[in-house]
Amino acid sequence: MTAKGKLMEMTGAFMITLLVITAIGAPLLAPHDPAQAVAETFGDPAGPSRAFPLGTDELGRDVLSRIIWGARISLEVAVTAMVVTMVIGVAIGLIAGFFGGAADFALMRLTDMMLAFPTLLLAMAFVTVLRPSLLSILLVIGLVSWTGVARVVRAETLSLAQRDFVLAARALGATPRRLIIWHVLPNALPVIVVMAVLGTSGTLLLDAGLSFLGLGVPPPTPSWGRMIEESTMYFRTAPWLAAFPGLAIFYAVLAFNLLGYGYLRRRGASNAALK
Amino acid sequence: MVAFILRRLVVGAGVLLGVSIVTFLIAFVVPADPAVAMAGAKADPQTLAMIRTQLGLDQPVYVQYAQYVERALHGDLGRSYIRRESVTDLIVGRFPATAILAVSAMAAALVLGVAMGLISGAWRDRMPDHLLLVLSLGFVSIPVFWLGTMLLIVAALYLRALPLGGFSGWSSLILPTITLALGSAGYYARILHTNLTDALDQEYVRTARGKGLSRRQVLVKHALANALIPLLTLAGLDLAGLLSGVVLTETVFNWPGIGRLAYEAVVNLDIPLIMGTVLFGAVLVVLANIVVDVLYAWLDPRIRLGAIG
Repeated sequence: MTAKGKLMEMTGAFMITLLVITAIGAPLLAPHDPAQAVAETFGDPAGPSRAFPLGTDELGRDVLSRIIWGARISLEVAVTAMVVTMVIGVAIGLIAGFFGGAADFALMRLTDMMLAFPTLLLAMAFVTVLRPSLLSILLVIGLVSWTGVARVVRAETLSLAQRDFVLAARALGATPRRLIIWHVLPNALPVIVVMAVLGTSGTLLLDAGLSFLGLGVPPPTPSWGRMIEESTMYFRTAPWLAAFPGLAIFYAVLAFNLLGYGYLRRRGASNAALK
Repeated sequence: MVAFILRRLVVGAGVLLGVSIVTFLIAFVVPADPAVAMAGAKADPQTLAMIRTQLGLDQPVYVQYAQYVERALHGDLGRSYIRRESVTDLIVGRFPATAILAVSAMAAALVLGVAMGLISGAWRDRMPDHLLLVLSLGFVSIPVFWLGTMLLIVAALYLRALPLGGFSGWSSLILPTITLALGSAGYYARILHTNLTDALDQEYVRTARGKGLSRRQVLVKHALANALIPLLTLAGLDLAGLLSGVVLTETVFNWPGIGRLAYEAVVNLDIPLIMGTVLFGAVLVVLANIVVDVLYAWLDPRIRLGAIG
Protein backbone atom coordinates (compact mmCIF):
# COMPACT_ATOMS: atom_id res chain seq x y z
CA MET A 1 0.00 0.00 0.00
CA THR A 2 2.65 2.43 1.10
CA ALA A 3 5.03 1.68 -1.77
CA LYS A 4 2.29 1.95 -4.39
CA GLY A 5 1.13 5.24 -2.94
CA LYS A 6 4.67 6.52 -3.22
CA LEU A 7 4.87 5.38 -6.86
CA MET A 8 1.62 7.16 -7.71
CA GLU A 9 2.79 10.26 -5.92
CA MET A 10 6.14 10.30 -7.73
CA THR A 11 4.47 9.70 -11.10
CA GLY A 12 2.05 12.54 -10.46
CA ALA A 13 4.82 14.87 -9.32
CA PHE A 14 6.92 14.00 -12.38
CA MET A 15 3.97 14.60 -14.73
CA ILE A 16 3.26 17.95 -13.07
CA THR A 17 6.91 18.97 -13.36
CA LEU A 18 6.84 18.25 -17.11
CA LEU A 19 3.65 20.25 -17.38
CA VAL A 20 5.09 23.24 -15.55
CA ILE A 21 8.28 23.13 -17.65
CA THR A 22 6.11 23.10 -20.78
CA ALA A 23 4.05 26.03 -19.53
CA ILE A 24 7.06 28.13 -18.57
CA GLY A 25 9.16 27.20 -21.58
CA ALA A 26 6.32 27.56 -24.09
CA PRO A 27 8.08 30.28 -26.13
CA LEU A 28 11.16 28.07 -26.49
CA LEU A 29 9.42 24.72 -26.84
CA ALA A 30 6.66 25.60 -29.30
CA PRO A 31 7.93 25.03 -32.84
CA HIS A 32 5.61 27.71 -34.25
CA ASP A 33 3.66 30.80 -33.28
CA PRO A 34 0.33 29.50 -31.89
CA ALA A 35 -1.69 32.39 -33.30
CA GLN A 36 -0.15 32.50 -36.79
CA ALA A 37 -1.11 30.58 -39.89
CA VAL A 38 2.01 28.54 -40.55
CA ALA A 39 0.68 25.81 -42.82
CA GLU A 40 -0.20 26.45 -46.44
CA THR A 41 -3.45 24.55 -46.04
CA PHE A 42 -5.35 27.62 -44.95
CA GLY A 43 -9.09 27.06 -44.58
CA ASP A 44 -8.71 23.31 -44.38
CA PRO A 45 -7.39 21.42 -41.35
CA ALA A 46 -4.47 19.12 -42.19
CA GLY A 47 -3.68 15.86 -40.42
CA PRO A 48 -0.48 15.06 -38.55
CA SER A 49 2.61 15.28 -40.75
CA ARG A 50 6.35 15.46 -40.28
CA ALA A 51 6.31 19.27 -40.22
CA PHE A 52 3.27 19.43 -37.94
CA PRO A 53 3.23 16.32 -35.74
CA LEU A 54 -0.25 16.97 -34.35
CA GLY A 55 -1.67 18.51 -37.51
CA THR A 56 -2.91 22.02 -38.19
CA ASP A 57 -6.31 23.62 -37.69
CA GLU A 58 -8.67 25.32 -40.12
CA LEU A 59 -6.68 28.55 -39.93
CA GLY A 60 -3.41 26.77 -40.66
CA ARG A 61 -2.16 27.08 -37.08
CA ASP A 62 0.06 24.39 -35.60
CA VAL A 63 -1.90 22.24 -33.11
CA LEU A 64 1.22 21.19 -31.17
CA SER A 65 2.27 24.79 -30.61
CA ARG A 66 -1.23 25.71 -29.53
CA ILE A 67 -1.31 22.84 -27.04
CA ILE A 68 2.08 23.88 -25.61
CA TRP A 69 0.89 27.47 -25.18
CA GLY A 70 -2.42 26.13 -23.93
CA ALA A 71 -0.56 24.50 -21.04
CA ARG A 72 0.37 27.97 -19.87
CA ILE A 73 -3.11 29.52 -19.89
CA SER A 74 -4.85 26.35 -18.69
CA LEU A 75 -2.45 25.97 -15.73
CA GLU A 76 -2.59 29.68 -14.90
CA VAL A 77 -6.37 29.65 -14.77
CA ALA A 78 -6.60 26.34 -12.89
CA VAL A 79 -3.99 27.23 -10.27
CA THR A 80 -5.28 30.77 -9.67
CA ALA A 81 -8.87 29.53 -9.46
CA MET A 82 -7.67 26.88 -7.01
CA VAL A 83 -6.04 29.60 -4.88
CA VAL A 84 -9.29 31.61 -4.87
CA THR A 85 -11.17 28.43 -3.91
CA MET A 86 -8.73 27.63 -1.10
CA VAL A 87 -8.77 31.15 0.34
CA ILE A 88 -12.57 31.17 0.58
CA GLY A 89 -12.86 27.56 1.75
CA VAL A 90 -10.05 27.70 4.32
CA ALA A 91 -11.28 31.00 5.80
CA ILE A 92 -14.85 29.74 6.15
CA GLY A 93 -13.75 26.36 7.50
CA LEU A 94 -11.41 27.91 10.08
CA ILE A 95 -13.97 30.42 11.33
CA ALA A 96 -16.84 27.90 11.46
CA GLY A 97 -14.74 25.24 13.17
CA PHE A 98 -12.98 27.52 15.63
CA PHE A 99 -15.81 29.71 16.85
CA GLY A 100 -18.62 27.17 16.59
CA GLY A 101 -22.08 28.23 17.72
CA ALA A 102 -24.02 30.69 15.61
CA ALA A 103 -21.10 31.46 13.27
CA ASP A 104 -20.68 27.75 12.58
CA PHE A 105 -24.40 27.24 12.02
CA ALA A 106 -24.69 30.19 9.64
CA LEU A 107 -21.58 29.30 7.63
CA MET A 108 -22.50 25.63 7.35
CA ARG A 109 -26.00 26.47 6.14
CA LEU A 110 -24.36 28.74 3.57
CA THR A 111 -22.20 25.77 2.56
CA ASP A 112 -25.27 23.51 2.31
CA MET A 113 -26.90 26.09 0.12
CA MET A 114 -23.95 26.36 -2.26
CA LEU A 115 -23.68 22.56 -2.37
CA ALA A 116 -27.27 22.39 -3.54
CA PHE A 117 -26.48 24.14 -6.82
CA PRO A 118 -25.32 22.07 -9.76
CA THR A 119 -21.74 23.40 -9.96
CA LEU A 120 -21.35 23.78 -13.70
CA LEU A 121 -24.84 25.20 -14.16
CA LEU A 122 -24.29 27.87 -11.51
CA ALA A 123 -20.84 28.68 -12.88
CA MET A 124 -22.29 29.00 -16.38
CA ALA A 125 -25.05 31.27 -15.18
CA PHE A 126 -22.70 33.59 -13.33
CA VAL A 127 -20.00 33.70 -16.02
CA THR A 128 -22.74 34.55 -18.51
CA VAL A 129 -24.25 37.39 -16.54
CA LEU A 130 -20.81 38.78 -15.61
CA ARG A 131 -19.54 38.32 -19.21
CA PRO A 132 -16.62 35.89 -19.73
CA SER A 133 -13.24 37.38 -18.84
CA LEU A 134 -10.21 36.03 -17.03
CA LEU A 135 -11.26 37.73 -13.81
CA SER A 136 -14.91 36.66 -13.89
CA ILE A 137 -13.93 33.06 -14.64
CA LEU A 138 -11.47 32.92 -11.73
CA LEU A 139 -13.99 34.45 -9.35
CA VAL A 140 -16.86 32.24 -10.42
CA ILE A 141 -14.85 29.01 -10.27
CA GLY A 142 -13.71 30.00 -6.77
CA LEU A 143 -17.24 30.90 -5.70
CA VAL A 144 -18.75 27.59 -6.79
CA SER A 145 -15.92 25.27 -5.66
CA TRP A 146 -15.06 26.16 -2.07
CA THR A 147 -17.68 24.08 -0.26
CA GLY A 148 -15.74 20.83 -0.03
CA VAL A 149 -12.64 22.64 1.25
CA ALA A 150 -14.68 24.49 3.90
CA ARG A 151 -16.18 21.24 5.19
CA VAL A 152 -12.86 19.42 5.49
CA VAL A 153 -11.04 22.39 7.05
CA ARG A 154 -13.90 22.86 9.51
CA ALA A 155 -13.71 19.23 10.61
CA GLU A 156 -9.94 19.48 10.98
CA THR A 157 -10.23 22.74 12.94
CA LEU A 158 -12.84 21.25 15.26
CA SER A 159 -10.46 18.49 16.29
CA LEU A 160 -7.37 20.73 16.44
CA ALA A 161 -9.09 23.37 18.59
CA GLN A 162 -9.53 20.79 21.35
CA ARG A 163 -5.91 19.61 21.34
CA ASP A 164 -3.68 20.32 24.31
CA PHE A 165 -1.28 22.70 22.55
CA VAL A 166 -4.15 24.92 21.46
CA LEU A 167 -5.75 24.81 24.89
CA ALA A 168 -2.36 25.68 26.44
CA ALA A 169 -1.92 28.67 24.15
CA ARG A 170 -5.46 29.75 24.92
CA ALA A 171 -4.76 29.49 28.66
CA LEU A 172 -1.72 31.72 28.13
CA GLY A 173 -4.08 34.37 26.83
CA ALA A 174 -3.59 34.08 23.05
CA THR A 175 -6.25 35.92 21.05
CA PRO A 176 -8.54 33.92 18.75
CA ARG A 177 -6.76 35.44 15.75
CA ARG A 178 -3.37 34.34 17.05
CA LEU A 179 -4.71 30.89 17.91
CA ILE A 180 -6.17 30.40 14.45
CA ILE A 181 -3.21 31.71 12.46
CA TRP A 182 -0.30 30.36 14.52
CA HIS A 183 -1.70 27.23 16.12
CA VAL A 184 -4.60 25.79 14.15
CA LEU A 185 -3.72 26.76 10.57
CA PRO A 186 -0.12 25.37 10.51
CA ASN A 187 -1.38 22.03 11.79
CA ALA A 188 -4.20 21.92 9.26
CA LEU A 189 -1.71 22.60 6.47
CA PRO A 190 -1.13 18.98 5.33
CA VAL A 191 -4.86 18.56 4.78
CA ILE A 192 -5.07 21.94 3.05
CA VAL A 193 -2.22 21.07 0.68
CA VAL A 194 -3.86 17.80 -0.34
CA MET A 195 -7.14 19.63 -0.92
CA ALA A 196 -5.27 22.17 -3.04
CA VAL A 197 -3.66 19.47 -5.20
CA LEU A 198 -6.95 17.62 -5.71
CA GLY A 199 -8.73 20.95 -6.11
CA THR A 200 -6.51 21.83 -9.05
CA SER A 201 -7.78 18.81 -10.98
CA GLY A 202 -11.29 20.08 -10.23
CA THR A 203 -10.63 23.63 -11.40
CA LEU A 204 -8.86 22.31 -14.52
CA LEU A 205 -11.97 20.31 -15.46
CA LEU A 206 -14.37 23.12 -14.60
CA ASP A 207 -12.39 25.65 -16.63
CA ALA A 208 -12.13 23.22 -19.54
CA GLY A 209 -15.88 22.59 -19.36
CA LEU A 210 -16.67 26.30 -19.35
CA SER A 211 -14.27 26.87 -22.25
CA PHE A 212 -15.91 24.05 -24.18
CA LEU A 213 -19.26 25.81 -23.75
CA GLY A 214 -17.75 29.00 -25.12
CA LEU A 215 -17.56 30.58 -21.66
CA GLY A 216 -13.81 30.35 -21.14
CA VAL A 217 -11.06 32.93 -21.42
CA PRO A 218 -11.89 34.86 -24.60
CA PRO A 219 -9.87 34.21 -27.79
CA PRO A 220 -7.21 34.32 -29.13
CA THR A 221 -5.76 32.76 -25.98
CA PRO A 222 -5.48 29.09 -26.93
CA SER A 223 -6.84 27.22 -23.91
CA TRP A 224 -7.31 23.45 -24.30
CA GLY A 225 -11.05 23.51 -23.67
CA ARG A 226 -11.54 26.23 -26.27
CA MET A 227 -9.52 24.29 -28.84
CA ILE A 228 -12.00 21.42 -28.50
CA GLU A 229 -14.93 23.81 -28.74
CA GLU A 230 -13.51 25.37 -31.91
CA SER A 231 -13.03 21.93 -33.44
CA THR A 232 -16.72 20.98 -33.18
CA MET A 233 -17.28 21.92 -36.82
CA TYR A 234 -14.55 19.57 -38.01
CA PHE A 235 -15.41 16.35 -36.16
CA ARG A 236 -15.95 14.53 -39.40
CA THR A 237 -12.95 15.76 -41.32
CA ALA A 238 -10.38 16.58 -38.64
CA PRO A 239 -10.85 14.55 -35.44
CA TRP A 240 -7.27 15.29 -34.32
CA LEU A 241 -8.32 18.85 -33.55
CA ALA A 242 -10.47 17.57 -30.69
CA ALA A 243 -8.39 14.53 -29.74
CA PHE A 244 -5.05 16.09 -28.82
CA PRO A 245 -6.18 19.02 -26.62
CA GLY A 246 -8.47 16.61 -24.76
CA LEU A 247 -5.52 14.30 -24.11
CA ALA A 248 -3.66 17.29 -22.71
CA ILE A 249 -6.50 18.07 -20.28
CA PHE A 250 -6.71 14.41 -19.31
CA TYR A 251 -2.95 14.31 -18.71
CA ALA A 252 -2.99 17.39 -16.48
CA VAL A 253 -6.03 16.31 -14.44
CA LEU A 254 -4.62 12.80 -14.01
CA ALA A 255 -1.28 14.22 -12.86
CA PHE A 256 -2.85 16.18 -10.00
CA ASN A 257 -5.13 13.27 -9.06
CA LEU A 258 -2.17 10.86 -8.95
CA LEU A 259 -0.20 13.19 -6.70
CA GLY A 260 -3.14 13.85 -4.37
CA TYR A 261 -4.53 10.34 -4.07
CA GLY A 262 -1.05 8.82 -4.03
CA TYR A 263 -0.23 10.93 -1.01
CA LEU A 264 -3.49 9.89 0.68
CA ARG A 265 -2.79 6.24 -0.02
CA ARG A 266 0.77 6.47 1.27
CA ARG A 267 -0.41 8.12 4.43
CA GLY A 268 -3.16 5.53 4.73
CA ALA A 269 -5.72 8.28 5.14
CA SER A 270 -9.18 7.26 4.10
CA ASN A 271 -10.49 8.95 0.97
CA ALA A 272 -13.81 9.63 2.62
CA ALA A 273 -12.28 12.15 5.00
CA LEU A 274 -10.99 14.16 2.08
CA LYS A 275 -13.74 13.58 -0.37
CA MET B 1 -38.85 10.05 13.74
CA VAL B 2 -41.52 12.65 12.96
CA ALA B 3 -39.54 15.27 14.88
CA PHE B 4 -36.44 14.30 12.91
CA ILE B 5 -38.22 14.68 9.57
CA LEU B 6 -39.72 18.00 10.65
CA ARG B 7 -36.31 19.31 11.68
CA ARG B 8 -34.86 18.31 8.32
CA LEU B 9 -37.74 19.98 6.49
CA VAL B 10 -37.24 23.25 8.40
CA VAL B 11 -33.50 23.29 7.65
CA GLY B 12 -34.27 22.39 4.04
CA ALA B 13 -36.70 25.30 3.77
CA GLY B 14 -34.02 27.63 5.12
CA VAL B 15 -31.52 26.37 2.57
CA LEU B 16 -34.08 26.86 -0.19
CA LEU B 17 -34.60 30.45 0.92
CA GLY B 18 -30.85 31.05 0.48
CA VAL B 19 -30.98 29.26 -2.87
CA SER B 20 -33.75 31.58 -4.07
CA ILE B 21 -31.67 34.62 -3.08
CA VAL B 22 -28.67 33.40 -5.10
CA THR B 23 -30.90 32.64 -8.08
CA PHE B 24 -32.50 36.06 -7.82
CA LEU B 25 -29.00 37.58 -7.74
CA ILE B 26 -28.35 36.15 -11.21
CA ALA B 27 -30.99 38.44 -12.66
CA PHE B 28 -29.80 41.29 -10.54
CA VAL B 29 -26.12 41.33 -11.49
CA VAL B 30 -26.81 40.93 -15.18
CA PRO B 31 -25.65 44.06 -16.99
CA ALA B 32 -28.21 43.68 -19.77
CA ASP B 33 -31.58 45.41 -19.43
CA PRO B 34 -34.30 42.72 -19.44
CA ALA B 35 -36.78 45.10 -21.05
CA VAL B 36 -34.39 45.69 -23.95
CA ALA B 37 -33.75 41.96 -24.16
CA MET B 38 -37.48 41.33 -24.54
CA ALA B 39 -38.47 44.20 -26.80
CA GLY B 40 -35.30 44.39 -28.89
CA ALA B 41 -32.71 47.17 -29.17
CA LYS B 42 -34.90 49.38 -31.35
CA ALA B 43 -37.90 49.56 -29.02
CA ASP B 44 -39.23 53.01 -28.16
CA PRO B 45 -39.08 54.33 -24.57
CA GLN B 46 -42.83 53.90 -23.97
CA THR B 47 -42.71 50.22 -24.81
CA LEU B 48 -39.66 49.74 -22.59
CA ALA B 49 -41.37 51.53 -19.71
CA MET B 50 -44.44 49.39 -20.16
CA ILE B 51 -42.43 46.17 -20.10
CA ARG B 52 -40.57 47.37 -17.01
CA THR B 53 -43.85 47.95 -15.20
CA GLN B 54 -45.13 44.57 -16.40
CA LEU B 55 -42.05 42.81 -15.09
CA GLY B 56 -42.13 44.82 -11.87
CA LEU B 57 -38.67 46.26 -12.57
CA ASP B 58 -39.77 49.70 -11.34
CA GLN B 59 -40.34 48.28 -7.85
CA PRO B 60 -37.72 48.24 -5.06
CA VAL B 61 -35.43 45.20 -4.96
CA TYR B 62 -37.02 43.57 -1.93
CA VAL B 63 -40.47 43.84 -3.48
CA GLN B 64 -39.13 42.28 -6.68
CA TYR B 65 -37.59 39.48 -4.65
CA ALA B 66 -40.79 38.86 -2.67
CA GLN B 67 -42.78 38.73 -5.91
CA TYR B 68 -40.22 36.36 -7.40
CA VAL B 69 -40.49 33.98 -4.42
CA GLU B 70 -44.26 34.15 -4.38
CA ARG B 71 -44.52 33.34 -8.07
CA ALA B 72 -41.92 30.57 -7.77
CA LEU B 73 -43.93 29.00 -4.94
CA HIS B 74 -46.88 28.89 -7.30
CA GLY B 75 -44.78 27.18 -9.91
CA ASP B 76 -44.43 30.30 -12.03
CA LEU B 77 -40.80 30.86 -13.03
CA GLY B 78 -41.53 33.55 -15.58
CA ARG B 79 -41.45 33.43 -19.35
CA SER B 80 -38.47 32.74 -21.54
CA TYR B 81 -37.31 35.90 -23.33
CA ILE B 82 -36.46 34.03 -26.48
CA ARG B 83 -39.00 31.23 -26.68
CA ARG B 84 -41.85 33.25 -25.18
CA GLU B 85 -42.99 30.19 -23.30
CA SER B 86 -43.45 29.49 -19.62
CA VAL B 87 -40.11 28.46 -18.09
CA THR B 88 -41.89 25.86 -15.95
CA ASP B 89 -43.47 24.27 -19.03
CA LEU B 90 -40.13 24.23 -20.84
CA ILE B 91 -38.40 22.50 -17.92
CA VAL B 92 -41.22 20.00 -17.41
CA GLY B 93 -41.21 19.26 -21.14
CA ARG B 94 -37.48 18.52 -21.14
CA PHE B 95 -37.52 16.50 -17.94
CA PRO B 96 -38.35 13.04 -19.39
CA ALA B 97 -35.28 13.01 -21.66
CA THR B 98 -33.04 14.08 -18.80
CA ALA B 99 -34.62 11.54 -16.44
CA ILE B 100 -34.11 8.61 -18.83
CA LEU B 101 -30.45 9.50 -19.27
CA ALA B 102 -29.95 10.07 -15.53
CA VAL B 103 -31.40 6.71 -14.51
CA SER B 104 -29.53 4.86 -17.22
CA ALA B 105 -26.21 6.53 -16.35
CA MET B 106 -26.67 5.99 -12.62
CA ALA B 107 -27.46 2.30 -13.10
CA ALA B 108 -24.40 1.82 -15.29
CA ALA B 109 -22.16 3.77 -12.90
CA LEU B 110 -23.31 1.76 -9.88
CA VAL B 111 -22.89 -1.62 -11.59
CA LEU B 112 -19.43 -0.76 -12.90
CA GLY B 113 -18.32 1.07 -9.76
CA VAL B 114 -19.46 -1.65 -7.35
CA ALA B 115 -17.86 -4.34 -9.52
CA MET B 116 -14.56 -2.45 -9.59
CA GLY B 117 -14.72 -1.72 -5.86
CA LEU B 118 -15.52 -5.34 -5.00
CA ILE B 119 -12.69 -6.72 -7.12
CA SER B 120 -10.18 -4.30 -5.63
CA GLY B 121 -11.45 -5.14 -2.15
CA ALA B 122 -11.18 -8.88 -2.78
CA TRP B 123 -7.62 -8.59 -4.09
CA ARG B 124 -6.67 -5.96 -1.59
CA ASP B 125 -3.11 -4.61 -1.96
CA ARG B 126 -2.41 -6.96 -4.83
CA MET B 127 -2.12 -6.32 -8.54
CA PRO B 128 -5.85 -6.09 -9.47
CA ASP B 129 -6.35 -3.60 -6.64
CA HIS B 130 -3.54 -1.33 -7.82
CA LEU B 131 -4.57 -1.55 -11.47
CA LEU B 132 -8.17 -0.72 -10.59
CA LEU B 133 -7.09 2.22 -8.46
CA VAL B 134 -5.17 3.70 -11.37
CA LEU B 135 -8.07 2.89 -13.71
CA SER B 136 -10.59 4.60 -11.43
CA LEU B 137 -8.34 7.66 -11.21
CA GLY B 138 -8.16 7.61 -15.00
CA PHE B 139 -11.96 7.50 -15.22
CA VAL B 140 -12.44 10.50 -12.95
CA SER B 141 -9.75 12.45 -14.81
CA ILE B 142 -11.36 12.30 -18.27
CA PRO B 143 -13.15 15.51 -19.27
CA VAL B 144 -16.72 14.31 -19.98
CA PHE B 145 -17.24 16.52 -22.99
CA TRP B 146 -14.07 15.16 -24.58
CA LEU B 147 -14.98 11.56 -23.82
CA GLY B 148 -18.38 12.15 -25.39
CA THR B 149 -16.84 13.76 -28.45
CA MET B 150 -14.35 10.93 -28.94
CA LEU B 151 -17.07 8.28 -28.54
CA LEU B 152 -19.17 10.12 -31.11
CA ILE B 153 -16.29 10.31 -33.57
CA VAL B 154 -15.36 6.64 -33.22
CA ALA B 155 -18.73 4.91 -32.76
CA ALA B 156 -21.02 7.15 -34.75
CA LEU B 157 -18.86 8.76 -37.44
CA TYR B 158 -16.30 6.05 -38.22
CA LEU B 159 -17.99 2.78 -37.26
CA ARG B 160 -21.47 4.14 -38.01
CA ALA B 161 -22.69 1.75 -35.33
CA LEU B 162 -24.66 4.23 -33.25
CA PRO B 163 -26.72 7.36 -33.83
CA LEU B 164 -24.86 10.66 -34.00
CA GLY B 165 -26.96 12.45 -31.42
CA GLY B 166 -30.43 13.52 -30.43
CA PHE B 167 -32.92 10.96 -29.27
CA SER B 168 -33.98 8.40 -31.86
CA GLY B 169 -34.63 5.16 -30.07
CA TRP B 170 -32.84 3.33 -27.31
CA SER B 171 -29.54 3.00 -29.14
CA SER B 172 -29.16 6.79 -28.76
CA LEU B 173 -28.88 6.19 -25.05
CA ILE B 174 -25.69 4.10 -25.21
CA LEU B 175 -23.02 6.72 -25.85
CA PRO B 176 -24.29 9.40 -23.43
CA THR B 177 -24.71 6.72 -20.77
CA ILE B 178 -21.10 5.56 -21.12
CA THR B 179 -19.90 9.16 -21.15
CA LEU B 180 -21.68 10.00 -17.91
CA ALA B 181 -21.14 6.69 -16.15
CA LEU B 182 -17.35 6.31 -16.39
CA GLY B 183 -16.48 9.24 -14.14
CA SER B 184 -19.03 8.32 -11.47
CA ALA B 185 -18.03 4.65 -11.66
CA GLY B 186 -14.40 5.55 -10.97
CA TYR B 187 -15.49 7.68 -8.06
CA TYR B 188 -17.80 5.00 -6.60
CA ALA B 189 -15.12 2.34 -7.02
CA ARG B 190 -12.70 4.39 -4.91
CA ILE B 191 -15.27 5.17 -2.23
CA LEU B 192 -16.42 1.55 -2.05
CA HIS B 193 -12.81 0.38 -1.88
CA THR B 194 -12.15 2.68 1.09
CA ASN B 195 -15.34 1.62 2.87
CA LEU B 196 -14.66 -2.06 2.17
CA THR B 197 -11.11 -1.96 3.51
CA ASP B 198 -12.36 -0.10 6.59
CA ALA B 199 -15.08 -2.70 7.09
CA LEU B 200 -12.68 -5.61 6.55
CA ASP B 201 -10.57 -4.34 9.45
CA GLN B 202 -13.52 -4.43 11.84
CA GLU B 203 -13.96 -6.97 14.62
CA TYR B 204 -17.20 -8.38 13.25
CA VAL B 205 -15.46 -9.36 10.05
CA ARG B 206 -12.76 -11.13 12.02
CA THR B 207 -15.49 -12.89 14.00
CA ALA B 208 -17.22 -13.96 10.83
CA ARG B 209 -13.92 -15.32 9.47
CA GLY B 210 -13.28 -16.96 12.83
CA LYS B 211 -16.51 -18.87 12.77
CA GLY B 212 -15.43 -20.42 9.51
CA LEU B 213 -17.03 -18.36 6.73
CA SER B 214 -15.08 -18.14 3.51
CA ARG B 215 -13.40 -14.90 2.46
CA ARG B 216 -15.96 -14.40 -0.27
CA GLN B 217 -18.91 -14.92 2.05
CA VAL B 218 -17.50 -12.42 4.51
CA LEU B 219 -16.75 -9.90 1.80
CA VAL B 220 -20.16 -10.05 0.17
CA LYS B 221 -22.47 -10.75 3.11
CA HIS B 222 -20.82 -8.76 5.87
CA ALA B 223 -18.42 -6.14 4.60
CA LEU B 224 -20.30 -5.15 1.43
CA ALA B 225 -23.59 -4.73 3.25
CA ASN B 226 -22.06 -2.11 5.50
CA ALA B 227 -19.89 -0.49 2.85
CA LEU B 228 -22.80 -0.02 0.44
CA ILE B 229 -24.95 2.27 2.61
CA PRO B 230 -22.70 5.38 2.40
CA LEU B 231 -22.26 4.70 -1.31
CA LEU B 232 -25.99 4.58 -1.90
CA THR B 233 -26.59 7.88 -0.11
CA LEU B 234 -23.90 9.41 -2.29
CA ALA B 235 -25.54 7.93 -5.38
CA GLY B 236 -28.89 9.35 -4.28
CA LEU B 237 -27.48 12.86 -4.21
CA ASP B 238 -25.68 12.31 -7.52
CA LEU B 239 -28.92 11.14 -9.09
CA ALA B 240 -30.56 14.41 -8.08
CA GLY B 241 -27.63 16.22 -9.73
CA LEU B 242 -28.09 14.17 -12.91
CA LEU B 243 -31.84 14.80 -12.91
CA SER B 244 -31.27 18.54 -12.86
CA GLY B 245 -29.62 18.18 -16.26
CA VAL B 246 -26.11 17.45 -17.41
CA VAL B 247 -25.03 20.38 -19.51
CA LEU B 248 -21.85 19.05 -21.12
CA THR B 249 -23.05 15.58 -22.04
CA GLU B 250 -26.43 16.76 -23.27
CA THR B 251 -24.73 19.45 -25.35
CA VAL B 252 -22.26 17.05 -26.95
CA PHE B 253 -24.98 14.54 -27.84
CA ASN B 254 -27.63 17.09 -28.71
CA TRP B 255 -29.81 15.44 -26.08
CA PRO B 256 -33.21 17.13 -25.69
CA GLY B 257 -32.96 17.51 -21.91
CA ILE B 258 -32.75 20.20 -19.26
CA GLY B 259 -28.96 20.50 -19.48
CA ARG B 260 -29.17 21.43 -23.12
CA LEU B 261 -32.03 23.80 -22.34
CA ALA B 262 -29.78 25.52 -19.79
CA TYR B 263 -26.98 25.75 -22.32
CA GLU B 264 -29.30 27.33 -24.88
CA ALA B 265 -30.51 29.75 -22.21
CA VAL B 266 -26.93 30.79 -21.48
CA VAL B 267 -26.05 31.22 -25.14
CA ASN B 268 -29.14 33.41 -25.67
CA LEU B 269 -28.74 35.29 -22.39
CA ASP B 270 -32.29 34.17 -21.61
CA ILE B 271 -32.26 35.22 -17.94
CA PRO B 272 -35.59 33.74 -16.71
CA LEU B 273 -34.69 30.41 -18.28
CA ILE B 274 -31.19 30.48 -16.73
CA MET B 275 -32.68 31.26 -13.32
CA GLY B 276 -35.34 28.60 -13.75
CA THR B 277 -32.94 25.79 -14.60
CA VAL B 278 -30.56 26.73 -11.78
CA LEU B 279 -33.40 26.92 -9.26
CA PHE B 280 -34.88 23.63 -10.46
CA GLY B 281 -31.55 21.85 -10.01
CA ALA B 282 -30.98 23.27 -6.54
CA VAL B 283 -34.49 22.37 -5.36
CA LEU B 284 -34.02 18.79 -6.57
CA VAL B 285 -30.75 18.47 -4.68
CA VAL B 286 -32.21 19.92 -1.46
CA LEU B 287 -35.17 17.53 -1.65
CA ALA B 288 -32.86 14.59 -2.36
CA ASN B 289 -30.77 15.58 0.64
CA ILE B 290 -33.82 15.42 2.89
CA VAL B 291 -34.95 12.08 1.48
CA VAL B 292 -31.46 10.61 1.85
CA ASP B 293 -31.13 11.90 5.42
CA VAL B 294 -34.46 10.40 6.40
CA LEU B 295 -33.64 7.07 4.76
CA TYR B 296 -30.29 7.07 6.50
CA ALA B 297 -31.91 7.74 9.87
CA TRP B 298 -34.42 5.00 9.21
CA LEU B 299 -31.57 2.58 8.48
CA ASP B 300 -29.47 3.72 11.42
CA PRO B 301 -31.39 4.39 14.66
CA ARG B 302 -28.34 6.06 16.23
CA ILE B 303 -28.81 9.10 13.98
CA ARG B 304 -32.57 9.20 14.42
CA LEU B 305 -32.23 9.31 18.19
CA GLY B 306 -29.70 12.12 17.99
CA ALA B 307 -26.79 10.09 19.34
CA ILE B 308 -24.59 11.08 16.39
CA GLY B 309 -24.82 13.38 13.41
